[in-house]
Amino acid sequence: MPAKVAGAGASSSSAPLTVPAPRPPVIAGTLYRGHEGMWSWVLHRITGVAIYFFLLVHILDTALVRVSPEAYNVVIESYKTPIMGLGELALVGAIGFHALNGLRIILVDFWSVGTRHQRALFWGVLGLWAVLMIGFAPRHLIHVFGG
Amino acid sequence: MATTAPEAPAQEVGAVQAFTVTLIVRRFDPEKDAEPHWQDFDVEMYSTDRVLDALHKIKWDQDGTLAFRRSCAHGICGSDAMRINGRNRLACKTLIKDLDISKPIYVEAIKGLPLEKDLIVDMEPFFESYRQVQPFLIASSKPEKERLQTIEQRARFDDTTKCILCAACTSSCPVFWTDGQYFGPAAIVNAHRFIFDSRDDAAQVRLDILNDKEGVWRCRTTFNCSEACPRGIEVTKAIAEVKQAILRGKP
Repeated sequence: MPAKVAGAGASSSSAPLTVPAPRPPVIAGTLYRGHEGMWSWVLHRITGVAIYFFLLVHILDTALVRVSPEAYNVVIESYKTPIMGLGELALVGAIGFHALNGLRIILVDFWSVGTRHQRALFWGVLGLWAVLMIGFAPRHLIHVFGG
Repeated sequence: MATTAPEAPAQEVGAVQAFTVTLIVRRFDPEKDAEPHWQDFDVEMYSTDRVLDALHKIKWDQDGTLAFRRSCAHGICGSDAMRINGRNRLACKTLIKDLDISKPIYVEAIKGLPLEKDLIVDMEPFFESYRQVQPFLIASSKPEKERLQTIEQRARFDDTTKCILCAACTSSCPVFWTDGQYFGPAAIVNAHRFIFDSRDDAAQVRLDILNDKEGVWRCRTTFNCSEACPRGIEVTKAIAEVKQAILRGKP
């Protein structure tokens, strides 16, 4: 809890127009506190942009095989590191969320009572996503770190 | 013998307990400040008071320069929409008891419209998009007496008749914050009110206006508007119904 500034309440006794020191921490206003709908949209945007950049790199490295198969092998070999393994996990997580939430958005738009159940639909998306990741993550991580 | 020691004057039976509440208000004076800044105020409040009462106490007793809008102060005129603890609310409908007063209450102007002073924004862009959807009855027929309507026909758009044009929905929309051209939820709600009115003849005109890059298709269903509406209008649902009507080509 931030300490209270004494000047605000007691300003009547001193000079009438004492302006307390400005508060620096929150500069551009508070963050809007949206609920599930807003955060699902934020996550959808972030995962969407991330997947776009992955696809860009993915098309470039796959296209390399037509230019030079040796160079392609070198590039693909360089991906087989633990860091890239974790990146793959993040990629599957991002695609899984984007796909499931995309289905939720379709339901919100086209199912006549979708807008009333959007919150439950969002938790449904997170539940399915968790099941997906519980199935995928252990196998994948054993593969990456198990040698 | 059993003389009881004079007790401290007990609180009067039924007296309402007052709390010291800290409000942190985002101040901006265009004549003095380059940037808005936060200012703390301590006010004595009852739990049954509203945030608007706290702002009144500040303005009347502590700092008369605080600027905010309010007219009816009873949730009908739609003047005092502001961001309270990061969410759009009417100051006159937000009770102190519904907020966590162990922490300061943050109060700032609504987002996405030009800030004029303290809690006052320029509402003109908001009303301009409202005007563009032609929010009035357009009917060619001249009935003998009144224009008849069944209960079902009236119920079709009942929800969207409740709008008070406070801009809480429009200024809670992330799309509106970054794209000021977007009509915004409030304009679409008021278009919905006439599009689905059986007495109105110009639904197609309004659907054409909203079938635009900056129209209903800008809606990304974040549901901030539905959550912010002080009248409980299902705003996102109304927008979805207008989207469907455009796809069908008729209301």
